[in-house]
Amino acid sequence: MTTLAAAAAQVSTGEAWAFWILGSIAVIGALGMVLARNAVHSALWLVVTMLCLGFLYVVNSAPFLGMVQIIVYTGAIMMLFLFVLMLAGRDASDSLIETLRGQRVAAILLGVGFAVLVGTGLARALGDVPAAGLPSTNADGNVPGIAALLFTRYVFAFEVTSALLITAAVGAMVLAHVERSKAEIADQLTRMTARFRPGNYPGPKAGPGVYANTMSVAAPARLPDGHGSQRSLSPILPIRELTAEEAAPKGTDK
Amino acid sequence: MTPDYYLVLAAILFTIGAAGVLVRRNAIVLFMCIELMLNAANLALVVLSRINGTLDGQIMAFFVMVVAAAEVVVGLAIIMSLFRTRRSASVDDANLLKY
Repeated sequence: MTTLAAAAAQVSTGEAWAFWILGSIAVIGALGMVLARNAVHSALWLVVTMLCLGFLYVVNSAPFLGMVQIIVYTGAIMMLFLFVLMLAGRDASDSLIETLRGQRVAAILLGVGFAVLVGTGLARALGDVPAAGLPSTNADGNVPGIAALLFTRYVFAFEVTSALLITAAVGAMVLAHVERSKAEIADQLTRMTARFRPGNYPGPKAGPGVYANTMSVAAPARLPDGHGSQRSLSPILPIRELTAEEAAPKGTDK
Repeated sequence: MTPDYYLVLAAILFTIGAAGVLVRRNAIVLFMCIELMLNAANLALVVLSRINGTLDGQIMAFFVMVVAAAEVVVGLAIIMSLFRTRRSASVDDANLLKY
């Protein structure tokens, strides 16, 4: 009986291929996201995982959800992540020093244990259950089937989630708003007097390379008094010591 | 291969996301690990709807996506305002409530 039911639940070869290939890529993408040093690389690995999941939804007779996953989740939410990463998190990388000792080891061990527990539990509970499949409910098409449910049985949840989206948009506007007080806005006269005050050079700053000694991007830009400007160094690049002949003044100002 | 293999895949993705939340300290990467957990739950819902033969699981997954979108919007706005005041995206630096 169990072998009969298990045989009935076997999927087609094409779906098996799709599962093994897309599932492996999804797991590799998830691991890449967690292990990547650079936050933008993490976002791109997560995009890989989400695209694989979108295809898996289509394979599982959910084409509408697969398209929504690719359009909304990957195309909108992950792009939102990338925008915020460009604003706030691009250079920040996690330091290797642990705040709580042993947290990483404990997290990995407990994670493996949890995966084994949940995976085995699910496999044993649902391994023999025959998959009913969705060809009957998808008879008119997946989208009409979803619409028939969404606007009859789940219409209240639908309206509440639309209110949630409006609230989220307004909340994001409130949180991201930068209040500039009236006192900070300087008019033309104030700006001009500040520009020509004694001690402030009113002309434009020298163009890039006027005071430079070397063409390397790892060397800091030189300020007019000879010091290197630490703000000109990108924190992503490794620090390079200048050799003696690179650091020596070349006398180009004669 | 039976459809419950997908559920094991969902469990694996969920634990990778959960371990990532514990291990990473960049607030935005932390948030992305939470999104991975939500995606794993979505996969489980879709596969279970196929196993049961009804579309309710897909509707639930649809609502999970909507709620995740709203959560991402608000969460990223919070992270950005945190970054503006603290100039750091590390969750260890948001420690004003620490005893």
